[in-house]
Amino acid sequence: MAIELEINGVKRQVAAEADTPLLWVLRDELHMTGTKYGCGIAQCGACTVHLDGQPIRSCQTPVGTIGAAKITTIEGLGGAHPLQTTWVKHDVPQCGYCQSGQIMSAAALLAATPKPTDADIDAAMSGNLCRCGAYQRIRAAIKDASGELAVNAKA
Amino acid sequence: MYIAPEKTQTTPRASGASRRELIVGAALVGGSLLVGCSPADIMGSGAPKTDFGAFGPFIKIDADGAVTVMNKHQEMGQGNHAGLSAIVAEEMDADWSTVKVKQSAANAKVYANSLMGLQGTGGSTAIANSWMQLRNAGATARAMFVQAAANVWKVPAAEITVKDGVVSHPSGKSAHFGDLLAEAAKVTPPTSVKLKDPKDFTLIGSDRVRRKDSLAKSTGQAQYTQDVYLPDMLTAVVAHAPRFGGKVTSFDATAALKVPGVVDVFAIATGVAVVGNGVHAARKGRDALKVEWDNAKAETRSSAEMLADYQKIARGELTPSDDKWASFTAKGDAAGQFDGSDVLHATYDFPYLAHATMEPMNCVAQVDGSKCKLTYGAQGHSLDQMAAATVVLNLPGAIEIETLFAGGSFGRRSSWDSDYVVEAVQIAKHVGKFRPVKLVWTREDDMTAGHYRPMAHHAVAVKVGKDGYPAAWRHRVVIQSFAKASPIMASMMVKNNVDATTVEGASGSPYLAATPIVDAQVFTPHNPVSTLWWRSVGATHTAPVMEHTIDQLAARAKIDPVDYRRELYRRAGPAGARHLAVLNLAVEKAGWGKLEDGWTRGVAVHESFGTVVANVCEAKIIDGEPRVRKVTVAVDCGIAIARDQIAAQMEGGTCYGLSAALFGQVTLDKGRPQQTNFDTYRVLRQNEAPQVETWVLPSANPPSGVGEPGTPVIMASLPNALFAATGKPVSSFPLVKA
Ligand code: FES
Ligand code: FES
Repeated sequence: MAIELEINGVKRQVAAEADTPLLWVLRDELHMTGTKYGCGIAQCGACTVHLDGQPIRSCQTPVGTIGAAKITTIEGLGGAHPLQTTWVKHDVPQCGYCQSGQIMSAAALLAATPKPTDADIDAAMSGNLCRCGAYQRIRAAIKDASGELAVNAKA
Repeated sequence: MYIAPEKTQTTPRASGASRRELIVGAALVGGSLLVGCSPADIMGSGAPKTDFGAFGPFIKIDADGAVTVMNKHQEMGQGNHAGLSAIVAEEMDADWSTVKVKQSAANAKVYANSLMGLQGTGGSTAIANSWMQLRNAGATARAMFVQAAANVWKVPAAEITVKDGVVSHPSGKSAHFGDLLAEAAKVTPPTSVKLKDPKDFTLIGSDRVRRKDSLAKSTGQAQYTQDVYLPDMLTAVVAHAPRFGGKVTSFDATAALKVPGVVDVFAIATGVAVVGNGVHAARKGRDALKVEWDNAKAETRSSAEMLADYQKIARGELTPSDDKWASFTAKGDAAGQFDGSDVLHATYDFPYLAHATMEPMNCVAQVDGSKCKLTYGAQGHSLDQMAAATVVLNLPGAIEIETLFAGGSFGRRSSWDSDYVVEAVQIAKHVGKFRPVKLVWTREDDMTAGHYRPMAHHAVAVKVGKDGYPAAWRHRVVIQSFAKASPIMASMMVKNNVDATTVEGASGSPYLAATPIVDAQVFTPHNPVSTLWWRSVGATHTAPVMEHTIDQLAARAKIDPVDYRRELYRRAGPAGARHLAVLNLAVEKAGWGKLEDGWTRGVAVHESFGTVVANVCEAKIIDGEPRVRKVTVAVDCGIAIARDQIAAQMEGGTCYGLSAALFGQVTLDKGRPQQTNFDTYRVLRQNEAPQVETWVLPSANPPSGVGEPGTPVIMASLPNALFAATGKPVSSFPLVKA
C-alpha cells in the first residue's frame, strides 16, 4: 500500500505493507542507512528515531501506525548538532554501529532535560546497548554537550 | 520439494592463472594443502596483477598532496585506522590533519599479516605486524620526495627537511608533496631507508593521534555491510537447523512463496534460503516456511550435561575416545604431590559465550560462474577467499573483496569455516548472473549460530610450600578445540596435540614459572557445537583461573594479594618483570587497602598477545548483583602510538569482559541454544558500566596490540574483589545466575 511519511521535514511516499516496521521502510525502501538494525525486539536501541520529538524504537513501530507524526532520524540532526560535535571531540565511537541510536536517545534526553544528572543519563540511555563499551565516553559527551547547550540557550 | 545442495567438483577454472597456481587451486578445492607452499602463496594464487603506483601498496597520494594510507586490516572499532595511518604519517612527515585511511583490497601476496602468513586481522596483531612494514613504507615515500626536491632544486638531499607534508631547503625553497608528486613518482624507491629514532617521534604517542572516523560514525554516514544497497539487489535470510549438526530433511515452500516480495526459496548446505525484496519480506517468507530437520548427527545434550561430562573427564572418570590428554607445561616430578592437607583445590566452570556484535553477521555476494565479489566487513580475508573459492571453483586470490566497516567483531567475523560468507556465496551462486544478494542474519540467527567462546572446565591443585607459596601445581583443562576442527587452523595452531588457544595464559604464566613442580594438561572433547576465538581467546578463562587461584593462595598464606604477586613475579624472573611493573603502576594509581561502605578492591594481572595489563576494580554487591564502579588499568603495550585509542580499548575491553563475567552465557537445552536475543542474553548497559581510568607504562619496546588484552583482566579482578568481601571463592561463571 502507498503510505506518506514526513521524515526530517520532507514528505516521502513509500509502498509498503502496513505491518512493516518503520526501520525496514527507512532502510530497505528509502535507503536511509543511518538508522541501524540490532535486535528487532526493542532491546538494543540501535534503531532509535524520534516520532514528534519522542525517542522510539523503529524496529517495533509498524509503518501503518505513524500517520502524520513527524519522524526525525540521525540524518535529520544535520551533522553539527552539539552532541555530534562532542561525540567527535571525545572520540566516542568505536565500531560506531550503535552510535546513531545513542545520539538519537541523547538528543531526546537533552531536549527534555538540558542539564541531565547521572541518574537522568542512566534512565534515558540504558536502553541503548554498546557492545564496544563506549559507555563512559557517551556519558562524557552528553555532559559536555549539555554545557554547550546551556551556553547557547543563554546567548 | 527438496533439492540436495550441489557438491563442489575438483577442477578450478581460472583463466590466466599460472600452472603452479592451478596446481595450488586444484589441491585446495580437493580439500588438501600443498607442502612447500607458503599460506600467502596459496591464498594469493589467482590474484589480479595490480599496479600499486609509485609509492607501493600502502600509500596513495592525491594531486593535492593528501596522503591516503591503505589499511590491510579490518577497522571494527579497535581504532587501527588511526594507529596504522599515524605510523606512516610519522615516518613520512606527512600532514596528519589531511591523512586519510582506506581499507585495502584482499590480496595475500602484498597484504598478508606477517604474524599469520595470510591476510587477516586478529590476535591483536594489526599494529604489531605492521609496525616495521609501515614505517619502511612511510620512510621510503619520504625519501622519494626528498630526492625529487633535490633533483628539482639541484641541492644535496641531505640538506632537505620535511614537516607536515612540506619539503624545505635552508635556501628558502619549499614545496608541498603535491607540487613534487610527479617528480617523486619518477624516483626509484631506495632499497633501504633510515627510520627515525623513536625519541624523535612527533606524532606517534602524542594526543594528536585521534580517530579518523568519528564524524562519519556520529552522523550515520559510515558504511557497514547492512547499509549496502546495489541496483537489483536481493535480500536473503536462511532457516537454520535448530540444533548444531542438524540437516534439512525436506521443506515446503508453498506458503513462503505466497508472501509478497519473496522471490525464491531453495536449500543450501546449512539450511533453506529465502530470497526476496528486503528484510521484512524475506523474514515473513521464512516464518511461513515448513522445514523438517534430521537430527541424527546433531548435538542433543543440554549444556549442563556436557559440562558434567567435562568435570568427569577432568577427574579421570571419563575418557572420550576422540582425544588424549596433552601436556602443555611439565617440570619436576609431580607424582604424589597433591594428596596432603597442604593442597589448595579449586575448580572453575565457564559457559559458552556469544560474541553478540552490535551488527549481526551479514555479507553481500555476487557470483557469475567462477567470478565472485564480496562486499562486507571482512576480517579473515584470506580464509574467506579460500572458502568462497571452493564454492565457485576459482583460485582464492581471484575472489574480489571490498572491505567495509564492521559493526563489531570481537573475533566473530573471521572464522575458520567462513560460515556466513559461504552461505552468502552459495545463495549468490544459485541466483547467478552477478546479481547482488545481501545475506542478513537476524539477531536470532547470529546468537544461535555457535562459533561461541568454548565452554571450559579447569581443575587446579596447588601444593603450598612452608613459605605459603606454590611448591607444586597441577592443572587440568577440558575444553573444545576449534583449531582441531579445521585442517588449516590445526596446521598453524596445534603442536603436540595442544591447541595453543585452549591454554594460552596458563601456559606461559609467570606463576607456573615461579613454581618448581608443574603438571599441566589439556583434553579437548569434540562435539557439534562450533566454537571460535572470542576477544582475548584463551585468556577469557585462563586469566580468571590463574588470578583467582592466586588470591585464594594469598588468603590461605595470609599475605596481601598484591605482595603475594610481587613475590611470585620476583621468583619468575624475566617472565614476571613486566607483570610487576604494571601491577605496581595500577596499585599506585588506584590506591590499595580498605574502602568505605562495603566496597572492596580486587586486583589482577594478565598478559595476552604480548601486552600486559593490570587492573584494580572496586566492587560491591548491590540488590543481589555485583556492581563495579571504578577500574584503574595499567598497560604495557610497548611504544604507545594512539594513546587515546589505547584508553578506549581498555575502557571497551573492560566493559566487554565485565559483561561476560556478570551475565554472559549461552546454555543448551536438548541441544538448542536458550538465548536468542538481548532479552535473554543479558549484556552490560549504560547504568552498569564502570568508569575506567587507563595508565600506559612508558616503554621503548616495539608496539603490541590493545584490542583484546583489557578484556580478561576484569574477569579476574572482579571475582577477586568479591572474594575479598565474602571470603567465598568463585567457581563458576557468569556471576549473576539467570
Ligand atoms: S533494533 Fe530496534 S531496539 Fe534493537
Ligand atoms: S561503538 Fe560499537 S557497539 Fe557501540
